[in-house]
Amino acid sequence: MLLTVTDLVKSYESADGRIPVLAGVSLSLAAGQSLALTGESGSGKSTLLHLVAGLDPDFGGQIVLAGQSVADLDDAGRAALRRGTVGLVFQQFNLIPSLDVAANLAFHARLTGRHDARWTAQLAEVLGLSHLLSRYPEQLSGGQQQRVAIGRTLAARPRLVLADEPTGNLDEATGDAVLDLMLGLVAQTGTALLLVTHSPRLAARLDRTAHLRAGKIVS
Amino acid sequence: MMRAGLSALLSHWWRHPLQLAMLLLGLSLATALWSGVQAINAEARAAYAQAASALGQDRLARLVPVDGDVLDQADYVALRRLGWAVSPVIDGTLPDTRLRILGIEPLTMPQNATLPGAPGLMSGDLAAFLAGGLAFAHPDTLASAERADQLTGLRLVPAEELPPMTLLADIGTAQRLLKMEGRVTALLLDPDHPLPGPVPANFTLVPPTSDDGLARLTDSFHLNLTAFGFLAFAVGVFIVHSAIGLAFEQRRPVFATLRALGLPASVLTLILLAELLILSLVAGTIGVALGYGVAAALLPDVAATLGGLYDAPVPGSLSLRPEWWGAGLAIAVIGTLAAAAQSLWRIWHLPILAPARPRAWALASAQSARWQLAAGGALLAMALVALGLGSGLWAGFTVLAGLLIGAALILPAILAALTGLASGLSQGVLAQWFWADTRQQLPGLSLALMALLLALATNVGVGTMVASFRSTFTGWLDQRLASELYLTTRNETEATEITAWLRPKVDAILPIVTVEAVLMGQPGDIYGVADHATYRDNWPLLDAAPGVWDDIASGRAVLINEQLARRADIGIGDSLPLPGGALPIAGIYSDYGNPSPQAMVGLRQFTARFPEVAPLRFGLRLPEDAAPALADALQSQFDLPEGTLIDQAGIKAFSLTVFDRTFTVTAALNLLTLGVAGLAMFASLITLAGIRLPQLAPVWAMGMTQRRLAALDLLRTLLLAVMTAVAALPLGLALAWVLLAVVNVEAFGWRLPLQIFPADWLRLFAASLAAAGFAALLPSLQLARRAPTDLLRVFANER
Repeated sequence: MLLTVTDLVKSYESADGRIPVLAGVSLSLAAGQSLALTGESGSGKSTLLHLVAGLDPDFGGQIVLAGQSVADLDDAGRAALRRGTVGLVFQQFNLIPSLDVAANLAFHARLTGRHDARWTAQLAEVLGLSHLLSRYPEQLSGGQQQRVAIGRTLAARPRLVLADEPTGNLDEATGDAVLDLMLGLVAQTGTALLLVTHSPRLAARLDRTAHLRAGKIVS
Repeated sequence: MMRAGLSALLSHWWRHPLQLAMLLLGLSLATALWSGVQAINAEARAAYAQAASALGQDRLARLVPVDGDVLDQADYVALRRLGWAVSPVIDGTLPDTRLRILGIEPLTMPQNATLPGAPGLMSGDLAAFLAGGLAFAHPDTLASAERADQLTGLRLVPAEELPPMTLLADIGTAQRLLKMEGRVTALLLDPDHPLPGPVPANFTLVPPTSDDGLARLTDSFHLNLTAFGFLAFAVGVFIVHSAIGLAFEQRRPVFATLRALGLPASVLTLILLAELLILSLVAGTIGVALGYGVAAALLPDVAATLGGLYDAPVPGSLSLRPEWWGAGLAIAVIGTLAAAAQSLWRIWHLPILAPARPRAWALASAQSARWQLAAGGALLAMALVALGLGSGLWAGFTVLAGLLIGAALILPAILAALTGLASGLSQGVLAQWFWADTRQQLPGLSLALMALLLALATNVGVGTMVASFRSTFTGWLDQRLASELYLTTRNETEATEITAWLRPKVDAILPIVTVEAVLMGQPGDIYGVADHATYRDNWPLLDAAPGVWDDIASGRAVLINEQLARRADIGIGDSLPLPGGALPIAGIYSDYGNPSPQAMVGLRQFTARFPEVAPLRFGLRLPEDAAPALADALQSQFDLPEGTLIDQAGIKAFSLTVFDRTFTVTAALNLLTLGVAGLAMFASLITLAGIRLPQLAPVWAMGMTQRRLAALDLLRTLLLAVMTAVAALPLGLALAWVLLAVVNVEAFGWRLPLQIFPADWLRLFAASLAAAGFAALLPSLQLARRAPTDLLRVFANER
């Protein structure tokens, strides 16, 4: 199993005391599988994704990713995990505004030391970005920016793609097109996908769906 | 990983060239002013060290006479016969010039002594040197030295090792030039030979020292320059802090992305450090090169000042010294790291999931504003404590630093209170919005306004000091230079001949006699003064006992200058030890421009104590309009060489020229500091212009034209500049008071009255308004011409 989450607990401090966000979540994901996480706003979807990615080290329970317990890793270890094993796709795209599309596409792969110019060019072709390589993020539409973000993630050949509402900022048609591309590429490369979405329609297109409510998986 | 990260971070600067230019310009200018001042100081100090080490005095012990300045050559011969390995030296100034004459005896010189032109001497020039036909001087000196009539017949050979304005000759030649035949000023001891016995009673053994007193004398001057350089650097660092802070905040999403993509915090911080290092080295190199230009431009005036004030031989041209290249780069790196420390700390602790808040970055939290106010108050309190309890030059500078930095720190609170008050008092909705928006801009502009405050206060303070000094100095010159003509004769015969010719033609001939002496442990001068109304009516006495001039005339008392009174802490009624016996002090006079102690006794008393000193200089009293005719008559009658006869107006003009050159450097640094502050303002405004669109777009959407918004922005900047200038005025006057009443007294030994010059303030206000106006012009024009789509994007980005 590529990812195993067991009894995951997470809460935040607030002025009114501790607010539980995740209250014992367990799930697993094998290589090549895709899983949609759905739920209301505040149900803990993004928090779960952040914990799996090692973006937030403060949690209870266990997360084992590619044989490594995330809780046992220090900052450098978690950074290495994100660099080498995980690929993140954000709702806000999070491209580097001062780099052009070509440099953004290659960036994560170069950071990992797995840059393959042919594979990146192939991705650019598939994602319809070949004619936009010299543009900067601010010169792209939202859909184009999200395609660059997906290309950047897949160019590094991660074993697990974590996508947080990747179509949340896009209109329905553009969102569908982007998701089509992502699912196609994930299937083509044998990558596992954990996708957070509000939309039951999009979730239905993945292998499995887990619905979060009040910090627990209810279906 | 490092390379990919570094290229991603550096790419920010290529996309924001103006921000990069501001950062580099701020740091370059700061480094330039700092390293320029350091270059001047290094050059001057090297000149002092060279002067001190001429002949290797810094490595050789000397015997000097206990009484007086000179010893008889017979004493030297007697010591040699007793087995003392000593070599005679004569050191003096060529009459009527500033040329220092060093006479040596090469055959007995210790091996440790530096012998300029040694290879030449060893290869056959020695005979010419001993015969008096050869002398050495620095190449810069040769041009002026060759013009001196006294040097006719000497073959002058260039020697780089010698300090400027110094001529090295055989002792016999030097004695002849100095008119000190048979006399020497010191005996150098050969360190390879043990002393054959105790030092004879009529000699003092002076151990080797690298301090010839010049460095100590000029320390205060250099400290002043250093303080100015540091102030300019601090103002420049404000710009750097502002540019780096914003660049870091703008890139916060990139940092978060990099961290999310797997770049460890430690690597990210290292990359940022590397980036800062690269930027600071680039800016530092530009700054040091610019600093060289600043120093080269200012050094001739500094050299003239040091020569005029202290007789310090500093060359007027600059040489490249590796130590200040290194120091300039180091200060650029240190300044950058200091300016970026807060940002780096934040990045190190950056939560990966934190959003970017460039607007929030520009808005200081209420808590940090309170801290800043408290720190400012504490610094002002520190300044007061140092003023009350401290002593010495460093206490003076502590007061200055506390006052300036403390006032700068509380400025934002003062401006916030003023804009708050204006907002409360305004009636119309537009005026209320304008003041509220101004108040909101304050945190983002506060660093630039603080820089402007410092620059303006320094200008007011230093300008007031210089103008007060000039006004007092001019009045003092009128008192001190009461005689219409001043005559310098070459020898006693000429003096007797000319004074006999003059006697029926003038109202009075006042001999001016002087001798060097140690006064209260410090080298100084004793003057002999005639009993005449010229002195009784005009001499600038600061404090005097009743009947002071009668006591001076009868030889019962002595006058001392302010410097001696302050340094030795002596006053009226105290006894002053003098060669030939102590005298009570009957008066203290002001003596601006002279760093040394001075005493004055009656002419008869002087002649009795120093019979060997013949009067060669005279002040001539006659009706003012008769002076030019008499000068012409004297000239044609006695064929006097140039410089022998000086009229009062000539001396005053010369003194004021020296004075004005003294403060040319200060004025230039003042102007440059104001320029850097204007640049800080521009950097902040251009930065704010990019991030405050969300504040302006809604007002625009509600019907205000871009042109009007731009005009209001310009007006806002001008109003803030005016408020800052008004705040700078009392601060500048306080600064002037500290400079005149504390720093000057400690540094130079005299105190000057504070005078105010409102016309200068008006000029400065106009300059600050112009600087602020120019700084605000481009951002305002950008706003007026911004495409509507930029403003619309604000709404499109809202979520």
